[in-house]
Amino acid sequence: MSLLKIKFSFQRRVRLAQGLWLLSWAAVFSGATTFGLGVFLKTELHRRAEVMHTMDIHMVPNLLMAVGLASVGINICAGRICQDSMDATRFARWKSYMIPFFCLALFFTTLMLVAMILSYALQPSLEESLKVGLKNGIRFYKDTDTPGRCFQKETIDRLQIEFKCCGNTNFKDWFEVQWINNRYLDFTSQEVKDRVRSNVDGRYLVDGVPFSCCNPSSPRPCIQYHLLDNAAHHNYEYQTEELNLYNRGCREALVTYYMGIMNTIGPGVMSVFLLQMTVLASLRYLQTSMEAVEGQENVEVDTEGYILEKGVKETVKELKEKLLKLVQFGQVDAAAEGQGAEDGASAEKAATPESK
Amino acid sequence: MAVLRVKFTRTRRDKLAQVLWVLNWVSVVMGIILFSLGLFLKVEINKRRDLMADRELHIVPHMLIAVGLIACGINFLGGKICYDCADTTKFLRWKLLMLPYIICTFFFTLCVLVGALMCYGMRGDLEESLALGLRDAMLYYKDTDTPGRCFLKRTVDLLQIEFQCCGNEGHRDWFQIQWISSRYLDMSSREVLDRIRSNVEGKYLIDGVPFSCCNVNSPRPCIQQQITNNSAHFNYDYPTEELNLWKRGCRQALLDYYIHIMHSIGLTVLLIWLFELSVLTGVRYLQTSLENVLRQGDPESESDGWLLENSFVETARSNFNIIKNLGKCNQIDTTNNGDPNIDRPCTAH
Repeated sequence: MSLLKIKFSFQRRVRLAQGLWLLSWAAVFSGATTFGLGVFLKTELHRRAEVMHTMDIHMVPNLLMAVGLASVGINICAGRICQDSMDATRFARWKSYMIPFFCLALFFTTLMLVAMILSYALQPSLEESLKVGLKNGIRFYKDTDTPGRCFQKETIDRLQIEFKCCGNTNFKDWFEVQWINNRYLDFTSQEVKDRVRSNVDGRYLVDGVPFSCCNPSSPRPCIQYHLLDNAAHHNYEYQTEELNLYNRGCREALVTYYMGIMNTIGPGVMSVFLLQMTVLASLRYLQTSMEAVEGQENVEVDTEGYILEKGVKETVKELKEKLLKLVQFGQVDAAAEGQGAEDGASAEKAATPESK
Repeated sequence: MAVLRVKFTRTRRDKLAQVLWVLNWVSVVMGIILFSLGLFLKVEINKRRDLMADRELHIVPHMLIAVGLIACGINFLGGKICYDCADTTKFLRWKLLMLPYIICTFFFTLCVLVGALMCYGMRGDLEESLALGLRDAMLYYKDTDTPGRCFLKRTVDLLQIEFQCCGNEGHRDWFQIQWISSRYLDMSSREVLDRIRSNVEGKYLIDGVPFSCCNVNSPRPCIQQQITNNSAHFNYDYPTEELNLWKRGCRQALLDYYIHIMHSIGLTVLLIWLFELSVLTGVRYLQTSLENVLRQGDPESESDGWLLENSFVETARSNFNIIKNLGKCNQIDTTNNGDPNIDRPCTAH
């Protein structure tokens, strides 16, 4: 019982080949688009690589790029096969390559789905990577004189200005870190000495934030220092003040940004996946219907096309048997030889007593 | 003595007509490009209209938009004419229209040239407009509670952050205006009262700048307040400190940005003008050679094409006479009392 059998007249075969040829070129274009989307996502992730701790999320754009390239190749082949299918002799060339071709194509098409699933599944990993990366960035903000870390201040400042965010989770993260370098602190001053002594690690902690946290939409000039001290500023109440600094944390801002990109790419990849599956299914029908024409004198005869020759269960059983045969091929040979020798010996034995 | 006479065989005429047809369609695309350049310039000027004082800056983009649209129309018509010119019978349809068309297109290309030159000449107006606009924006920086000016603080802050600039000419401009609104000043404090009384107009002036002047590349946390006071900050020397705030003035930054845009647009428009001029020359040669063919009577023969039939001076003189006589067309000759038959010998016997 074949799977999804369809009857094809000669006209229908011709039209299928023509339609498939057009479709395969459309699929080449969409494969190239997928590759482009992968490149775009990779460059965006790379731009903020300094605040990311791990590179796990790069699997998604890498997969997209690989799948895009493979899709372009597969669809060019499909177009070629289509062109050859009108001529039975040229079509015979492709016969032995078709099954491996389909397996490879199916593999890469499922990789597309895998990429989409990964883009959602890796979100916690992205968040964790950003959490650690931003924490380190904030910690090393003051180390503008340490090689290897001197760029952190500029990176974090530009990030906070561009994404309109402050700190890791919120602006209070800056209160727990010494973000003012010791070379700008007057250690003879009593105030500095008090602050440094007041905590265990000897750090100079302030209830202040860098200027890049300031919100330009605030009606009043930015209050950066003594944020928790209402008396330090006229007409100021930190509990109700909302517009002074950016309220969002940079981790949330970046995750939202990247998920936005991936959510936009998602439907595109989905439609490319559907297009690719359509191309493969049509190609399978074309192949099976053309194979039935082979060897017949009248090329214009009606034939049947199918996805699988037998039903799904039977095909799976056949595949299993084939695999088992391949595995046991060596063992069966040795056993058969031993059995043959024994048979020969017992036949002789049986023969000699009779002759006696 | 014709100007730049060229001989045209039948095949050369046909090829000229075909080439001109293609070139006219290319010119339509150029017209669309002109239109979009004008639109782009208009959008860019509009984006920062809060920072520009009212000046006649919109003339240039409007000119470019109009010229772009007219170019599309003229070249579309030109393409149609050139397509028909390959066949001498169809040319008869357009014969009377071609000379006016060429004259109109010539004046139109002059407009394109004027548009290109205006792009380069806008600099003075732009500089003045920016200087006044920025000065006013900084004056109203603190008025976030006044309707009509409440957005200026945000505009100036975003401008200084995006263009990496501070103040009009430099950061010192902020020392001369009160940029902190009175509602955030504690009027009962001694320090505030001293400052206000220390200047004639009662303004609260400080040697500090808004946060948007801070330079991202500075190795130390930004020093915004008491900038000129070395002892207020540890390890700080105001005259030698370079990386703390943005050095450039916003007027210079915006001017550079707009000049760059205008020069690019001006160059593109000049190139388009040269292209239009060459297409016009081709059309003129086509017109004169086809007219000469008709005059000779044989469509297959060779003919001459030229830019002007006589030299410049003679053409100018004859045109001037035509214009002079246009005015006299309806006037009656009054020297003979209006009677045209006086002094005519009788022929009757």
